[in-house]
Amino acid sequence: MLTLHLARRSLTNRLLTSGLTLSSIALSVALLVGVENVRTGMRESFSNTISRTDLIVGPRTGTLQLLLYSVFGMGSPTGNLSHESYEYWAEHPAVEWTIPYALGDSHRGFRVIGTDTTFYARYRYRGGQELALAQGDVPTELYDLALGADVAAELGYALGDSVAVTHGMGGFMDHGDKPFVVRAIIEKTFTPVDRAIYTTLAGLAAVHLGWESGAPPMPGEEIHAHEAEEMHEHGELELGQITSFFLGATSRQAVLQLQRDINTWPGEPMTAVIPGLALAELWRGIGFAESGLQVVTLFVVVVGLLGMVVSLYTSLEARRREMAILRAVGAGPRRIIALLVLESGLLSTAGALLGLGLVYALLFALQPWVEGQFGLYLPISAPGPTQLAYVGAVIVIGFVMGLIPALKAYRTALHDGLAVKI
Amino acid sequence: MSTAAIEFDTVRFGYRPGQTVLDVPALRVDRGERVFLFGPSGSGKTTLLGLVTGVLMAREGRVGVLGQDLTPLSGARRDALRAAHLGYIFQMFNLIPYLSVLDNITLPCRISTERRARLGGRSMNDAARELANHLGIAAHINDPVTQLSVGQQQRVAACRALIGAPDLIVADEPTSALDADRRSDFIELLFRSCEDVGATLLFVSHDRGLEPMFSRALSLPEINRAAETPAGEA
Repeated sequence: MLTLHLARRSLTNRLLTSGLTLSSIALSVALLVGVENVRTGMRESFSNTISRTDLIVGPRTGTLQLLLYSVFGMGSPTGNLSHESYEYWAEHPAVEWTIPYALGDSHRGFRVIGTDTTFYARYRYRGGQELALAQGDVPTELYDLALGADVAAELGYALGDSVAVTHGMGGFMDHGDKPFVVRAIIEKTFTPVDRAIYTTLAGLAAVHLGWESGAPPMPGEEIHAHEAEEMHEHGELELGQITSFFLGATSRQAVLQLQRDINTWPGEPMTAVIPGLALAELWRGIGFAESGLQVVTLFVVVVGLLGMVVSLYTSLEARRREMAILRAVGAGPRRIIALLVLESGLLSTAGALLGLGLVYALLFALQPWVEGQFGLYLPISAPGPTQLAYVGAVIVIGFVMGLIPALKAYRTALHDGLAVKI
Repeated sequence: MSTAAIEFDTVRFGYRPGQTVLDVPALRVDRGERVFLFGPSGSGKTTLLGLVTGVLMAREGRVGVLGQDLTPLSGARRDALRAAHLGYIFQMFNLIPYLSVLDNITLPCRISTERRARLGGRSMNDAARELANHLGIAAHINDPVTQLSVGQQQRVAACRALIGAPDLIVADEPTSALDADRRSDFIELLFRSCEDVGATLLFVSHDRGLEPMFSRALSLPEINRAAETPAGEA
């Protein structure tokens, strides 16, 4: 108790040095824990880009490619799935729901995706969050569409605006003869959903009437918007091919069997991937960069602790008199060691806790801003095992490193005894 | 119990093998005595005090302090003995700068439960205040030590040495930083206080002018056969 009292008083007596040492440790710990939080946040928002979907199914292709174009809106699909195949699997007894995805067209750089109302009902992201509409209603009419939040914000579109879809990604041939109407704007999700435009499958089929060859219909052969609408009403509008679909199984147990069945289905060559596994695989591929960041912050912490040792060590020369007094009143060399180990331990403990507090203060202050600015959602939760391990390690290392000045003080105290000539 | 407070028997000491800085065939200070020990620098004063306080260990011979033979004791036991039964006053810079006057005085009682037990049921702070009152520094008891004058600091040091009624007070040139008037005041005060608590006083100085105040004087160059006595002195 006395040693603790002495250590505390001695530290507060050297307020400036202690304060500087303390803040350097606190900042380095805050950096370490903060980077860990950002890392976790990144990993989580990455692997939570899509959730509650059991399988992503597309034409025979690579796992990564299917994931990239259907979840992240990157790259382009290599092939298509026939509507018949899609319907076969959509009605499979082990399948609860499906969301069709038809990619290929765009509007001013944003992807246009043909889908149906199950998208709004079943799509989940970040731990099961549902899509919500910021404005408008779920598109149901042939020429209705919904805008992702970023699309609406960047293009300045409002409900009721008319949107012409461009054929392909950024071509010059557009489907201006059959304009769509903005029926809904989806609330911001901080996922790739924000950067896409969602039309109905039938609407996409309608604009491509006469485009079967991949080029605009010859003059005079065009099918007008209202004609397409009539076809649609009479059920004569054939839904075209899709590029992939998301699937929810009736039970977890069914997923693996379903995946095997789809992958080996003789009807059409197809690929089914489990999004969680594929995302984890993808993260392993791109996640090594953040490990480098982690190593750098570890070094920052080591430098912070070394700074503390240096400042304690250099203070010892001025404290030889103090050590002699302690020896004279009967303090043993072990108490001298304990005093310095405690001083270093107290500094690192206070530094580590202050750093942890700083991280939470910053999280509370900056979370909304970071989310708005970078689309990175940083969860505020009690420190996890990794964070606690870091803080614990800094405290333990602080105590252990205190042995360096402590042993020096011990040797000096034994050598000086009660005689210090300063 | 032995009547000797300090007893040296053929004690030899050196800091390095082969070196002898202290060679004392015999030295005895009785309990209750007030002894003036003098000698020029280099005569081994610091070493002698190190041996008496148990900070240093004799290479040969026997060092007895308060009836206890220090030679076979472990370092921790010697530290405990010093904490419980000894008071020590340095020449200057006696106080721990980051503690208050009160905390400085009570320090020995906080280190040693045995020393605390000798307070006779009073609290440490009460005992410290009483001593401070006695030595005329009661007004400064809560001040930071850095605001005290040298004379006041030496009185605080005396309080710390006296708290818990130790059996032996060792004072290493405690007055050399004081001016002449205050010097004899301080020594008078120290005498009275030692008498009150029944402590033996070993007072070390090179200032022979103080010698008449003491009951007995010891010349270190005479006791220490290894003293480097400068030519023309001895």
